[in-house]
Order: sequence, then structure tokens, then C-alpha cells
Amino acid sequence: MALDPKGAALALHRFGFGPRPGSIAAIAADPRAAVLADLDRPDAGQILAAAGLLTSGAANRATFEFFAARNAKARVARLREEEAKRVAAEAGMAGMTEAKADMQPDAAKTPDSKPPGNKPPATMQAATPPPETVPQQIFFAEARARLDAAIGVEIGFVERLVWFWSNHFCVNADDTVMAGGYEREAIRPHVLGHFVELLQAAEGHPAMLLYLTNTLSMGPNSVAGINRTRGLNENLAREILELHTLGVRTGYTQEDVISFAKVITGWTILPTDTNPEHGGEFLFHHRLHEPGPETVMGKSYRDTGFEQGRAVLADLARHPATARHIAFKLARHFVADDPPPALVARLEQRFNETEGDLYEVSKALATAPESWSEERVKIKRPSEWMVAYLRAARFTGDIRAMNQGMNRLGEPLWRPPAPRGFPDDNATWLDGLSHRLDIANNFSQRNADRLDAAAMLDTALGPLASEETRRAVARAESKPQALTLVLMASEFLWR
Amino acid sequence: MPAKLHAATRRELLLASGALFAWAHVPRIARAEGRDPRFLTIVLRGALDGLAAVAPVGDPGWIKLRGDRALRLDGDTPALPLDGFFALNPAMPNLHRLYQAGQATIVHAAATPYRERSHFDGQDVLESGLGGVGRADSGWLNRALVAIEPGGRVDPRGRRTFAVGPITPLVVRGPAPVLSWVPPRGTPVSDETAMRLLDLYRHTDPTLAQILEDRIGLAAIARAGGIERKPEDQGPVVQLGNIQQVRSYFAAAAGGAAKFLASADGPRVGALALDGWDTHVNEGAVKGRLADLLGALDGALAAIEKGMGPAWSETVVVLVTEFGRTAHVNGTEGTDHGTATVALLAGGALKGGRVVADWPGVKEADLHEKRDLKATTDLRAVLKGLLKDHLRLEDDVLAADIFPDSAGVRPMSGLVG
Repeated sequence: MALDPKGAALALHRFGFGPRPGSIAAIAADPRAAVLADLDRPDAGQILAAAGLLTSGAANRATFEFFAARNAKARVARLREEEAKRVAAEAGMAGMTEAKADMQPDAAKTPDSKPPGNKPPATMQAATPPPETVPQQIFFAEARARLDAAIGVEIGFVERLVWFWSNHFCVNADDTVMAGGYEREAIRPHVLGHFVELLQAAEGHPAMLLYLTNTLSMGPNSVAGINRTRGLNENLAREILELHTLGVRTGYTQEDVISFAKVITGWTILPTDTNPEHGGEFLFHHRLHEPGPETVMGKSYRDTGFEQGRAVLADLARHPATARHIAFKLARHFVADDPPPALVARLEQRFNETEGDLYEVSKALATAPESWSEERVKIKRPSEWMVAYLRAARFTGDIRAMNQGMNRLGEPLWRPPAPRGFPDDNATWLDGLSHRLDIANNFSQRNADRLDAAAMLDTALGPLASEETRRAVARAESKPQALTLVLMASEFLWR
Repeated sequence: MPAKLHAATRRELLLASGALFAWAHVPRIARAEGRDPRFLTIVLRGALDGLAAVAPVGDPGWIKLRGDRALRLDGDTPALPLDGFFALNPAMPNLHRLYQAGQATIVHAAATPYRERSHFDGQDVLESGLGGVGRADSGWLNRALVAIEPGGRVDPRGRRTFAVGPITPLVVRGPAPVLSWVPPRGTPVSDETAMRLLDLYRHTDPTLAQILEDRIGLAAIARAGGIERKPEDQGPVVQLGNIQQVRSYFAAAAGGAAKFLASADGPRVGALALDGWDTHVNEGAVKGRLADLLGALDGALAAIEKGMGPAWSETVVVLVTEFGRTAHVNGTEGTDHGTATVALLAGGALKGGRVVADWPGVKEADLHEKRDLKATTDLRAVLKGLLKDHLRLEDDVLAADIFPDSAGVRPMSGLVG
């Protein structure tokens, strides 16, 4: 079979994270087969326990312990200071000790659990940065493992699917230290499984229950609801219907939202403060659960406790509107803002005939002729672009610098602006083009001595590089400029 | 309460979509009149609880509706009286001062034509200006610019619009090009490299060429105006865990926008989006999260007034949100997605000091679907009134191109004076 380096380069950019040195040659014999083989790798998409990462529950508990201890320390310091003040006042020196007691953070209420993404104010930059907090350490360990996974694979089709599904079922790291663990525990194991498994895992994960505020939702007629005069929160139920399964305007009503919200009352998590062994893990709490049958989308569901919610999810997963919604989103992500209807139909049909087998749907995506159009009309997401140049440079990447870059480009890791996730259209991401130029320029200033721009161009684009781009790189007035032109070349920015 | 540490009392406050768009010229007609109007739109994403921002303290059903979560004129944190019937959230003293000076107007019980409860559809309707959910690929503000200067390229560099932040909101997307700006960090790219890249794009990728060209033009305006003088400043994408950061972000984004709009050869129309208003849990209208956010917004208005300087007298700022929230407090001390809410107007060009409302009441029978404040004012009437009287757009253009099929929605008159 004739070699197809152009198809190979296209495959790497469209289905994967871009070529590493030698990738184009490695798959030029049969690019399509190589993309499909990515799906068949053992443990494809998984980050194994060997990475030494904490489970979500453990991360949650470690964070709680950290803030509790910090709070106690602050309290002791405050008491000491008050005592010193009292002694000073008694000695007639009142007024000479500055009161600082109100400066102590109330850690129990507002833990500083955010991952760093913002610099300290300019005036503080000269000082030694404070040591990373436990949630920050957890965040960066998870981010590192995710980046390693994207850099370490030959093509990265399954990793791209992980990123896609993680955005489809997004949570927010501002709300929970479990965002990274969630992706490993709820998303990765199921990206090539059946959609229903992915759905059940995502909606039942503590990170999702916290993010979409189901942990406090109580049936108005549940024991706890009556005793505590609290009630429903519609948030998770609505977003499952609108964003995760059927899609907006597909026939469900406000009544369906409310009924479904009742069905999933009791889906909550074990409290961390009173449960040092299992705090932060999933709990179906029957005292919060609305008793009785509920009708969702015209079907009545008996009150089977936890299973009632799983039964609704199972039906949502096999609903035709869900197949259409997922097919469209996948095609839009990989191929075009307005994906070819034939491609969407193909994916939808495969989804329906395999009961949502995502391995089969992904395979259909990678084999469809529409997916291999030579026209490249989707701009890479900022983070995808950053991974692509790290791969081409054979760098492992500095995770903190990467994080700053993602923040700056409007795609901060695990912190989407809304439950819909990051947008997936060109218009959104093209606006940040000039900011990419700044990032590319910074990278080039730091690394131009270690990298050969012409070699990078061959590695990253091979036959996709236009004559004009090759010439511009060759004629650059400096090494950093040449490298910047490679990273910012049009051919390198599109999928 | 499970998981105290991570309860969603601090919902995502990510402001990645904080963005500014603007247009670099005085509208022709305004110019002929010797005016130089500025117009800034702020989109509050996530659905602001209008009843918590501006409360109907004179409505006999009010206290019954919200109980001890209701704003009231007495108590520890009394609301700021407006007109005897309505009172402003106490976290907004600046807006109150502007109101008293006739430089702020509040429109209540207003909503777009959208009557479902999806944030994302709601935002699309709000920002696209369409009569309902549909294919939204441009925003009403962008189309307004095109209408004011059809095909106009008055700027010698041919660039009319710009945006701060990496992601541009829909309200300003469309045929008029949008520029994008973030305070630089690290080593800024040299003009030489940028020009070479632009030259390469011109030969290989016209789409990218246009975007980069716009950016280079904007950088020149910013340099001339001294706006980029503090490269260590945080860019608009900040991770906002605490309210100080929210305050500083809101003020920086809004104040930065104002400086652009105020500068002599700068743009005249802009927009930015501030996220974080989706208060499903522990809303904290009087003391708490929403009060903090409204306080930050109040600070942003002060920053705009300051940044505008003398141009404040020719300024209108309009703050809008996709829909309101449930009239009742929900089961988790928050509010769910609702219908009508407030639009807040500020600026020296307003004939302000008024609350404009055809008040529907908050008794059970008065509520929309027995749950939400009923919409009695079409938000498009407010926006059309501002575009007509401030930027001099024609009725027929407003009814056909800017807010399609809205001939039945008359522009509200008398807002600008």
C-alpha cells in the first residue's frame, strides 16, 4: 500500500493531539487503521492507579483535614494574640498592639480551595509565594497526569474523546477538589463503553452532585424535607435533560423537570466533617428522597429509591433525542461547526442500533468519509493547541505554565463558564488568536535555543505545511521568530 | 449539610467571557448634532434575581413572599429607598447615588420574549435580539453598528470594533469585526513578528489575517491611550474564589472598558459579560453571596463613571440578564430559573431618577405560572429606546434588523434626556 503522509498528518491533527517526532511516518502506511487501533489499545483512556493520585473521596477528606488544621492553627494564634493584648492593656500599654484578630480567615466557611490560576497582586510578587495548599497540590497532580496522558500517546484519539466527554459532563474545580478525580473515575472508564454507563457514572458522582447542587435537594414530602422545611432544587434535573441527554427543546416540560428533580432527591454525599473514613463519597439518603411514583416524559416510575433515578437515566440514555444530540455534538467537535448531515445521521444511527455503544459510535466517526475531508475548518481549542506544540517539541511541559496559558486563553482547566461546558465553535476561539500569539511568543523566547524551527515544522505538519509557511519560517529574522511562526502557522491551528 | 468545604456557595465565577466590544466612531447623525455618545452594555450571565436587586417593599405581598430573606426598609441592613414603592439592595450605594442625581433608571418586571428556563437559550435570545430561540449567529449590538455606519470604514485603519478578553459575547458578534484585547503579560510579541505572521496569513488564511490585523490596530490605540501601561495586571481570566477578587475583576474589566470608550480616538460602543449570577443555593440577597456580587457590580459602575471622566455626561450603561428567578425562595435557600427581572441603566446621558415598571404584583395569582415575576415590559422596548434616542437608530431599522419582527414593541421614549 502506498504511503499516505498527508492523510497521516491530517489524522493526527483531526482525531489526535498532533504529531510527535516520527508520528507521521509511523502511521503513513494506513492512517485510518492507526486511528482505529488507538481505540483498541489496552487501557486506552485510563490513568492507572500507578499514577499515585487520590480518589475523589480521599481528595475531599484530605482537603477538609488541611483546612480544619489550618483553621485550628489560626485560632490558636488569634487566642494568643488576644491574650498578649490583654496582658499589654493591663500593663497600661493599650493602643500599642495592633489588633489583627479580624484578619484571620474563617477556613471552615470559605476554604481557599481554588487551584492557582491567578497571580498574586504585583506588590506581593517579590515575596516568596505561599506554599501550595493541599487542594492546589491535588489539582496540579491531576492536571499533570492528564497532560502526561495527552502527550504520551502516539495519536490520542481516545484522549480527545476523554476531553470531549469531560466537557460534555463538565463540573467546576471552583466548587470541588474532586474535578480531576471525577474525570478519572466517572468519565475515563466509560468513554468507550455504553452511553448509559457514562451517564450513570457522571450524574451519580459526588463532584457532579455538588456542582449542580443536588446534595441539598430534598423531596418536599420526604422525612427530612418535612422536618427541615426545605425542598427541591431543580438544577441537576434540568441540566441532565437539557445538556447531558435529550438536548434543549426536545419536548420535556417544566413538570418533567420538577418530577425528575424529585426522583433524584436523596442523591447526595456523605458529610466530610463527621465521617473521616468515607466523607465525600456518594450516598443515597432515603430520608431526603421524595416518596411515591413520579411521571417523567409521560412514563411513570415507581418509587424504588435510588433505582428510581437510575431507571429514568436509563430511559433518557436510549431516547432518540439523546442519540441525535450526542451525534451532532461529536460531529461538530471533530469535523465542522455545521457538520455534514450525513455524518450526523451515520453517528445517530450507529448510536441507536448499538444502544449507545460509544466504542462503535467512535469507530463510525473515525471511518466515515465525511470525517476525512481535506478541508480543515475547526480551530483547535487553546489547550489542544498547546499540547500539540509540546508534542512536536518533545517536551513534557510545565504544568503551572500550561495552566496559566489555559487561563489566559479563556479555557481554564476544569473551570468552564457554565454547565454547558466550554463552547465548541470557531467564533468563540478565533477571538483569542492574538492571545495565542503572545503565548507562542513567550514559549519561543524561552525555548528557541533548544529547538530547530524547520525541524519542528516538518514534525508537526509534514506535507500539510504550505510553501508560504515554509518560506516564512526559513526567512525569519531570528530563531524565536521562526519558532513563533511555526506555532502560529495556519496549518497548525486548525484540526 | 454535607461537605461544608465544597458546598456550592461559591458557584463558578469564572469570567472568561468578560469581554468588551466597541466601535471606533461617533455615529454620523450624533456627530452632526455635536454629540459624542458612549454606549456600554453589560450582560449579567446566570440570571439575576431582580427582586433581590430592587425589591417592591411597598407591595403588600412582598414580605409574605420572601419572609426573612426579603429586602426591607427597616432592620440591620436596610434597603435604599428609591420611589416609595421600590428599594435598592443596600450593597449598591453608588447606583443609589446616581439614581438620586438623575443618572440612573431602573426598569422592573422586564423580560425578553423568551419564556422557557434554559440559561443558554435565554442568553441567546437576549444577546441575539431575536424574537425567540433560533439560529443566533450575530448580536443586536453588532447589527446596530452596521446600521449606523452601513459599510462605513471611517477609521483610517478600517477597524471599528474590539473586545477585551479571550471570548467575545454573542451580543457583539456579527458582520462588524470584533477586536480582542487582554492586558499583556510576559514579553509582548514584537511588531516585526506580528507583521510577518500577518503577511503569512494574508497568503494562506484570510480569516486569521483579518483577526490578527484587527488586533494589531487595537494594540496601537491602547498604546496611544496608555492603557497597557501595567503589564503585570491580571488579564480578564481570573479564578475568583473570594469576593475581593470578584470586586477587583469587575472594577478592572468595567473601568478598562470605560477608559477605551473615553479616549479621544477610541471606540464608542462596547459590551462585556459578567458571569456568576446563578444563585440556586444560599442566595444571600441581604448578606451573602448575591449581596457581595451586587456590591462588586456597584463598584464596577463607580469604576466606569471614574474611567469615563467628562465623557460620563454622554454615557449610557445598560445592565441586562437572560431572565429572572423564581419569586419564591426554593428548597435550598436559593432561587431557581424564572422570568421577569430588572434592567439597570446608569449614565450621565440618562433622564434618570425613576423606576419604570408596570408592576404586576407578587401575590400567588399575579405570578407567571404561579412561580415567577410576570413580565410586563418587553426588554427590547428598553434597548430600542436607548438605541433610538442615544445612538439615533431609526424605528424601522430597529424593528427589522436589530430586533427582527419587533414592530409591535415600541421603543421606550424618554429614557435619555
